[in-house]
Amino acid sequence: MDHPSTYKPNTGVEKWLDERLPIVRMGADFMEFPTPKNLNYWWTFGAILVVCLVIQIITGVVLAMHYTPHTDFAFASVEKIMRDVNYGWLLRYVHANGASMFFLAVFIHMMRGMYYGSYKAPREMSWILGVVIFLLMMATAFMGYVLPWGQMSYWGATVITNLFSAIPVVGDSIRTLLWGGFSVDNPTLNRFFSLHYLLPFAIFGVVGLHIWAFHTTGNNNPTGVNVKNVKKDTVPFHPYFTVKDGFAIVVFLILFGVFVFFNPNALGHADNYIEADPLVTPASIVPEWYFLPFYAILRAITFDLGPISSKLGGVIAMFSSILVLFVLPWLDTSKVRSMRYRPVARLWFFLFIVACIFLGWLGGKPAEGVYVVMAQIGTAYYFGFFLIILPLLGIMETTKPLPRSIAEAVLKQPKPEPTGMSGSGAAVPAE
Amino acid sequence: MSTADPANQKDYTRRDVIHIAHMLAGATAAAGAGAVLWPLVHQMNPDASVLALSTKEVDLSAVQVGQAIKVFWQGKPVFIRRRTPEEIDQAAAVPLSALKDASARNDNISGGGEATDDGRTTNAAGEAKPEWLILVGVCTHLGCIPLGTTSGENKGDYGGWFCPCHGSHYDTSGRIRKGPAPENLAIPPYEFVSDTVVKIG
Repeated sequence: MDHPSTYKPNTGVEKWLDERLPIVRMGADFMEFPTPKNLNYWWTFGAILVVCLVIQIITGVVLAMHYTPHTDFAFASVEKIMRDVNYGWLLRYVHANGASMFFLAVFIHMMRGMYYGSYKAPREMSWILGVVIFLLMMATAFMGYVLPWGQMSYWGATVITNLFSAIPVVGDSIRTLLWGGFSVDNPTLNRFFSLHYLLPFAIFGVVGLHIWAFHTTGNNNPTGVNVKNVKKDTVPFHPYFTVKDGFAIVVFLILFGVFVFFNPNALGHADNYIEADPLVTPASIVPEWYFLPFYAILRAITFDLGPISSKLGGVIAMFSSILVLFVLPWLDTSKVRSMRYRPVARLWFFLFIVACIFLGWLGGKPAEGVYVVMAQIGTAYYFGFFLIILPLLGIMETTKPLPRSIAEAVLKQPKPEPTGMSGSGAAVPAE
Repeated sequence: MSTADPANQKDYTRRDVIHIAHMLAGATAAAGAGAVLWPLVHQMNPDASVLALSTKEVDLSAVQVGQAIKVFWQGKPVFIRRRTPEEIDQAAAVPLSALKDASARNDNISGGGEATDDGRTTNAAGEAKPEWLILVGVCTHLGCIPLGTTSGENKGDYGGWFCPCHGSHYDTSGRIRKGPAPENLAIPPYEFVSDTVVKIG
């Protein structure tokens, strides 16, 4: 959504710079960006995620000044950070809980994109880049969890790197390449540290592309209706959304603070305060909470499918559960973006969220008996939602009439709604 | 300028030379890129110091019948079990058809072999010593350490090993019998240096 630049360099210095490097103009144009006036609080998670990334990078760079990536010293150096380094406890707890907060925000951000159809044309690139960011986040978080070299670090790394051995023919070579040896060991820890430091900057770069993409198409909005009249349908990003995002960030940081200061280990696992022992496997290996739904999908495949062993099948299912998101823009055949106007799709979507939470709960349970069957049902629904329900609904569903414009939808709001636009009532009066 | 102009003719041949030089340069650049890329990938593989630690000698004289020990080899535990006659008979009585994985998974047998009890206890000299079962103590599912070596641990439904991570049961020959693991526990290359000393690797 191109908009004319309104930036006027006032001083001579600004003029001089603007003719050579229009960086101030770029920032000013960013602040002026015409943003749909009906964005609700679900849209603030983008800004919250930027804050999360910056917090992780800053605390991470500082922690790296005190951490030693060696199997003999890693565990002790983390304890040193906790006990000896000035404010080390704070930096580490912010970084560790920051990962959880980051994933909490990204899950909400993705669900918002799914509910309001933000992935549909012309915003496919924003969505795809978002999935790339999500994958990079998962890789970064996984490698970061290995660094303290506790029991969960070591055995989590062992289980996840062993997933690659399921690949036919080249699997074992890939696993050896990842390990740099014949098991998870010092070379593995070293390279994970190197990549854990690198990938956040890669994420930072892709975030730039992600923002560039939706600044080219313009933001989606809760109605999913295109901006028809920039004057009537949009407001400048600043001050309207800097203030709204700012308020949401403060509320989010309160939740962050509750974890960091009052229950910093609630989301971790006690076994990770035992130093890694290659000869003893913990009674149950559980990944961090944000990986649990995917872990449940991995373990749900307990049967061979023709030439595909259960092990390879589980790995394929787990990776597919994320890769399917890349093609979501083409799986959803409905022309209506927002699920506000898709009464049937909305029900299936809420059931999808229930399935994700259900799978997350199962990922923390032992993989036996009735839990396996439940995980199989959850997995079937997860894939069924993307591969069967969404393609069919686009053809079969009768959608509600769309408002003619964003301005109309906003101005109509006080009138009693005959069809009920749930979810928007709380947010819109704030504009 | 007409194309029939002899000067132009000369131009074309000059251009051809440029095209050919371009292709050659492209091929060289591709080969060069490969030559640069491979060291960047290969540096991640096990280095010389890791490979140098690839064998280990173990003295078995203190291991009693019915007892098992764990030794550390290539960063992984190796289980050495001195089996009782009952355990050997139990393993030998299992028909191949009852096995999930009928391959010996024994590095001492070139070209594979069947997962009979003899196939599982054959050493590098090609002889089977049924009393000694030596295997890599890493579950073939996702790499956890199965229980059952230390006395008192859960040995699973088949009296061998039990992996607590995802519930794989191995028998007294270390063969997968139940659960998600796809293969029998691997047998490392080993040879008996003397009656009581075994060299692994």
